[in-house]
Amino acid sequence: MIENSPTLLEVRDLRANINGTEILKGLNLTVKRGEVHAIMGPNGSGKSTFTKVLAGHSAYEVTGGEVLFEGKNLLNLAPELRARAGVFLAFQYPIEIPGVGNSQFLRLAYNTVQAERGHDELDPLEFDDLVREKMKLLEMSPDFLQRSVNEGFSGGEKKRNEILQMALLEPSLAMLDETDSGLDIDALRVVSQGVNHLANKNNAVVLVTHYQRLLNYIVPDYVHVMSNGRIIRTGGKELALELEERGYDWVEAEAEAAGAVA
Amino acid sequence: MSTDTANAQSTAVDKGHDVLNSLLAGLALPPGSTAQGQPDWLKTLRAQALERANALTLPSTHDEAWRFTPLAALAHQSFHVVRTPSELQPDDIAHLSIAEATTRLVFVDGVVAPQLSSVSGESGLVIGTLADLLSGKASGLETHLGQHANFQDTLFTAVNTAFLQDAAVLMVPPDTALAAPVHLLFISTQTEVASHPRLLLVAGAGSKATVIEDYVALHDGAYFTNAVAEMVLQPNAQLTHVRLQRESSQAFHMASCAVSLGAASHYHSVNLALGAHISRLDLKVVQTAEGTQCTLDGLALINGEQLADTHSFIDHAKPHGTSRQLHKCIVGGSAHAVFNGQVMVRPGAQQTDSAQSSRNLLLSKKAQIDTQPQLEIFADDVKCTHGATVGQLDSDEVFYLQSRGLSEHVARNLLTYAFGAEIIERIPVASLRQQLEQTVLEQTASQP
Repeated sequence: MIENSPTLLEVRDLRANINGTEILKGLNLTVKRGEVHAIMGPNGSGKSTFTKVLAGHSAYEVTGGEVLFEGKNLLNLAPELRARAGVFLAFQYPIEIPGVGNSQFLRLAYNTVQAERGHDELDPLEFDDLVREKMKLLEMSPDFLQRSVNEGFSGGEKKRNEILQMALLEPSLAMLDETDSGLDIDALRVVSQGVNHLANKNNAVVLVTHYQRLLNYIVPDYVHVMSNGRIIRTGGKELALELEERGYDWVEAEAEAAGAVA
Repeated sequence: MSTDTANAQSTAVDKGHDVLNSLLAGLALPPGSTAQGQPDWLKTLRAQALERANALTLPSTHDEAWRFTPLAALAHQSFHVVRTPSELQPDDIAHLSIAEATTRLVFVDGVVAPQLSSVSGESGLVIGTLADLLSGKASGLETHLGQHANFQDTLFTAVNTAFLQDAAVLMVPPDTALAAPVHLLFISTQTEVASHPRLLLVAGAGSKATVIEDYVALHDGAYFTNAVAEMVLQPNAQLTHVRLQRESSQAFHMASCAVSLGAASHYHSVNLALGAHISRLDLKVVQTAEGTQCTLDGLALINGEQLADTHSFIDHAKPHGTSRQLHKCIVGGSAHAVFNGQVMVRPGAQQTDSAQSSRNLLLSKKAQIDTQPQLEIFADDVKCTHGATVGQLDSDEVFYLQSRGLSEHVARNLLTYAFGAEIIERIPVASLRQQLEQTVLEQTASQP
């Protein structure tokens, strides 16, 4: 938490549908530079949907509200323009793309984003040096460069490859959708170290997770509870411990009671 | 029956189609008139073929084998054999050379071009034109030429056989492994020209070779290529056959390839259909003895108004044969791809092991794919599988790439490319693979 840090992301009363069903029902969230936010909540509360809507997945229709990223309307940008502007989503289920070399893909993504930011593109040799350096951070074998994107990767390898992309693209807003799920304790440590290494005072991290254990490694400034398409409670890192112990029912009950009074 | 093909014009009957009239009229004017020196067996073969060509008519969509491939666009065109041969220099075709292929035989508009060819690179290999080889060193031409590609009821093969002159002939001696691939390059330089490329390849017992059969154009006009290849694999021979159809987008390309597999021989083909307005390949592989293997890989990548039709026929005539087939089509614009994959397992061809897969990618709403596996099994102890899929690009894959900054256009290109790359990666010639990967990237990039 940094005093007087500028606001990076402002989400106001966001509503979104998929196939006519409303999933996000008036979501509010403010993220400042330098902050780490954790979003927790029961299955089906809309956590993953929220990250996909911010990244621009076309299956979701935004029906209300607004999202300002660095003060500008994010929702009218195509997904690739959001990515180039600095929005990054580490997928819960990274897609396998047989036939597209991982190295080729990473360089294409890196150079596209670099060009947008007015930086020089790297040729294959220069990029190879850079990516190998970043892979060390994630304790990844260079062999993964020679393979097709995520093809035949284990769950943990896919997640590392996601964080590798984050390391290359240097987003100002990184959303990690259940990056901890399916990771053994060693992989969790490595991935967390990678994220901590990348976090700084100019960017922000939003973690979507079911489990408190990730938050032992990546310590959040705020923990939000999401339920039925909205954030119903916000607290500090201690809230995660309380949720781990007591579940979500009591938060939902308190929110309902508060809503009834109001 | 007359064996004098010089009288062909007088025997040609009106076919009711301009294209056939024009093609058969060309028989009166053989370029270079190499026909005089031909032996009697060849004259007889050509006369028989001409007779069939006169008797047969242009296939229509009422013919089962041409149901999806209308030739209306071809029927009213007129083509002639080349009148003034183009004088190309090696520099003109430098971009077409394949680094690994030290042996190259080049035909320009159907006429052999010795100044562009290089046929002395491999010791032992017999390579040349039919006219060259008839006068000396090759034996067995009569045994094979015209004996595998059926011209009795196949019009285009009959026309090709009637024109037999400048055939490319390759004979790989027994127990010889060619160190480098052989490049057979058929170049079109002129519009309105019909050429009838012909290839005979005999892979001797225990030999090993890679051959690239390559059709290209140096212009973007309309012309007609009518190609026939016959390939004979003697026992234990191994042949890799890369067939590249990259004609101009206005061209008509009709082709047959007939392969005869001797005992325990291995045949691997990679067929690429990238060009032509209308292209058709009839690929027939006959397992004439026990324990043969064939692997047929195919990719049609077309857009605009193109039509690419691949008909394959794998004839498991003897026991213990294996066949593997993966055919892919990527179809954009209002293009139309056709695949018909027939697999025949004859009575007694026990322990046949056959697997066929047809996978298709539609890139636009107007694109069309007709895919038809056709299994006929007359033996009871066999393993035969087949499957076909037709799909579009996966929107989650597109989104994943977009979320990394790639535009939707680039994302779609990359995924399309990856779909086709699986076939291209099976070409065992590195420089050609790289060249084609670049071509495919460019071609997918031009999709609307």
